[in-house]
Amino acid sequence: MFILDHLWIIIALPLLGAAINGLLGKNFSKPIVNSVGIGSIALAFLSFAELVREFAQLPAEQIPWVKTYFTWITAGQFRVDFSLQVDQLTIIMLGVVTFVSLLVHIYSTGYMAHEEGYYRFFSYLNLFVFFMLTLVLAANVVLMFVGWEGVGLCSYLLVGFWFLKQSAISAGKKAFITTRIGDFGFTIGILLLFWTFKSVDFGAIFKQLVSAQSDAAISTSVLTTICLLLFVGAVGKSAQLPLYVWLPDAMEGPTPVSALIHAATMVTAGVYMVARMNPLFSRAPIALFVVALIGALTAFYAATIGLVQTDIKKVLAYSTVSQLGYMFLGLGVGAYASGVFHLMTHAFFKGLLFLSAGSVIHAMGGDQEMPHMGGLRSKIPITFWCMFIATFAITGIPGFAGFFSKDEILEAARSGPNANVWLWLLGLIGAGFTSFYMFRLIFLTFFGEPRYDEHKVHVHESPYNMTVPLILLAILSTVGGWAAAPHLVGGTDYFEKFLHPVFSMYAPAGVEGTPEAVEAPGIMLLHALTGWPVLIALAGLLIAWWFYIKSPQTPKKLAESLRGPYTLVLHKYYVDELYNAVIVQPLLWISTNVLWHVVDEGVIDGTVNGVARVSRDTGSELREIQSGNARSYATWVVIGAVGVTVLMLGLWGMVR
Amino acid sequence: MSIVPISYYLVLSAILFGLGIVAFVFKRNIITIFMAIELMLNAVNLAFVAFARAHNQLDGLVFVFFVIVVAAAESAVGLAIIITLYQNRQTLNIERINLLKF
Repeated sequence: MFILDHLWIIIALPLLGAAINGLLGKNFSKPIVNSVGIGSIALAFLSFAELVREFAQLPAEQIPWVKTYFTWITAGQFRVDFSLQVDQLTIIMLGVVTFVSLLVHIYSTGYMAHEEGYYRFFSYLNLFVFFMLTLVLAANVVLMFVGWEGVGLCSYLLVGFWFLKQSAISAGKKAFITTRIGDFGFTIGILLLFWTFKSVDFGAIFKQLVSAQSDAAISTSVLTTICLLLFVGAVGKSAQLPLYVWLPDAMEGPTPVSALIHAATMVTAGVYMVARMNPLFSRAPIALFVVALIGALTAFYAATIGLVQTDIKKVLAYSTVSQLGYMFLGLGVGAYASGVFHLMTHAFFKGLLFLSAGSVIHAMGGDQEMPHMGGLRSKIPITFWCMFIATFAITGIPGFAGFFSKDEILEAARSGPNANVWLWLLGLIGAGFTSFYMFRLIFLTFFGEPRYDEHKVHVHESPYNMTVPLILLAILSTVGGWAAAPHLVGGTDYFEKFLHPVFSMYAPAGVEGTPEAVEAPGIMLLHALTGWPVLIALAGLLIAWWFYIKSPQTPKKLAESLRGPYTLVLHKYYVDELYNAVIVQPLLWISTNVLWHVVDEGVIDGTVNGVARVSRDTGSELREIQSGNARSYATWVVIGAVGVTVLMLGLWGMVR
Repeated sequence: MSIVPISYYLVLSAILFGLGIVAFVFKRNIITIFMAIELMLNAVNLAFVAFARAHNQLDGLVFVFFVIVVAAAESAVGLAIIITLYQNRQTLNIERINLLKF
């Protein structure tokens, strides 16, 4: 029970790595930076493996396992402990975070090999892992919020890693400020949570929920408000409508960062948070519906933008936004396990897609525009096959990871307890778009004739430290979904069984955590394989093949005949422009004309300068007294003496 | 022989002190100003002695000794300064010695 008793070790390791590299790394040689950076994460991963072993032996009634180390804040009733907890959901998240970050660290040794500030990069990455693990392991909302803000900070630092590039700095600021809007809601949600339950510990809150089940001690409207506020935080962090705008811009950061932070881990923090808060959300149907609605809309909306992007990383960015929408759709229709399942598979295949894209960009010497690529299949075969597998996984081709997870979400949206046919339809069409833009990416990048100058660009396969993580992730993108395989033959899949305690322990009465499959095994299998999601994915594949392999002039013609909609989508529905006009410009105007010129220059500077001017003027008047004439001094002395005498006589008189 | 009342001494002391002040403020010659200061000091001494006698206490007398000693030291230093000043400026007119100002 070593790790279970010393959970802090898992989060302390990356922090130690970040501290060593960050404080001393400047004078380290690359191998030392590598071994500190990768070593700390590898040790964290090993601790996680040991944790799994110990967790498996833990009796069910001891889960969730909570360990309190010290009291962090006490103020009246308000009490926050530094306490960590482990349950099945934590195990899944820990596994994803430690494993993907380990691979990304290894990959970065290749990708970032020639960059300035190598040690800085690894220090930031380690710091990110530290905060992410804190977020995941936290046993109360406040500590979770610490991790939540910490990953935001690291996201800012890493997006703006190339801080000499203006666009990177702006993107970093945009990411930080946009998520701050969401965090505002989250903070108020936490306060309301404490106000309602007089506690911030997950366990204490959920127990009160169960005991206050029937009576009106905790009204549904308060719960709905809390859930909606918390969800505002999730919308910001997980880049959902309408706060998604920062994620595509965040692609200015180095590609490993995009893979780790903006695909696999940080952006899924919102999903994790909603899943963690499931007892609350389950009791607030309206909030849950909002989650599903926002998820489905985002899934569809971001997919449409992805259709026409030409920057390879931008396509993946919008794809990430869209896939996060699917996760929220899954959570929103009450299929928490499916949402978390998609989170896990998505971490594998989207991490893989980003890392492969990084490998492509590496091969192209930094060019990210797909129209400049083409025919890379034979030049960089390992990258090609890995990316191909990841594409199969994300589009939901049967047998690959995404097939199981996305199918489960759509199935829950169609026939689950909170099913809604319109949300299902949005998700389904989104899935078709996903398939189209992903295969468009593959065809534009790897197939057809090379469109780059072969004399200038020397396409080369990436080194082993980059390809090995790709291959490992490709394996997981393939087999990572098989945990859900019994689902196909009518059973409950292992993943849902594993997570079942988390989502049923505090569930409201009458709601069973996992709906058991009812269809007969053979029909279920047939149904899944020929179901709408698969058909529409194949349709997307075929259309992409027709557009970009068979007759490459079709897209151009189509774009011309549909000029209006095409321009609209190409410019991302002018949302950035809209936000700029509606929010940024007025803010800028108010800041400049009111806060700067009136408040700062007028009131604050005015006060300071006024005080200075008064003392200066008084001084220059009083200066005249010091004339240098000793006789006038003598006169002053006499006047003073007389004054003192009169005063004393007067006082004496009064005393008497 | 009746004792002279204390008020006589005090009035004399006040007159001397007042004369000292007037001379101190209105005279131009530094030496005269210096003398005016001495006059004031002795006016105060007179008041001290008068009070000591009236109250039959030694404190006032002790103070007078202190004042005389300090006045002696002060006149030694003061005269030295005046001589140096005269050597430098060839004048004792206080209105022309007004360099110490802003």
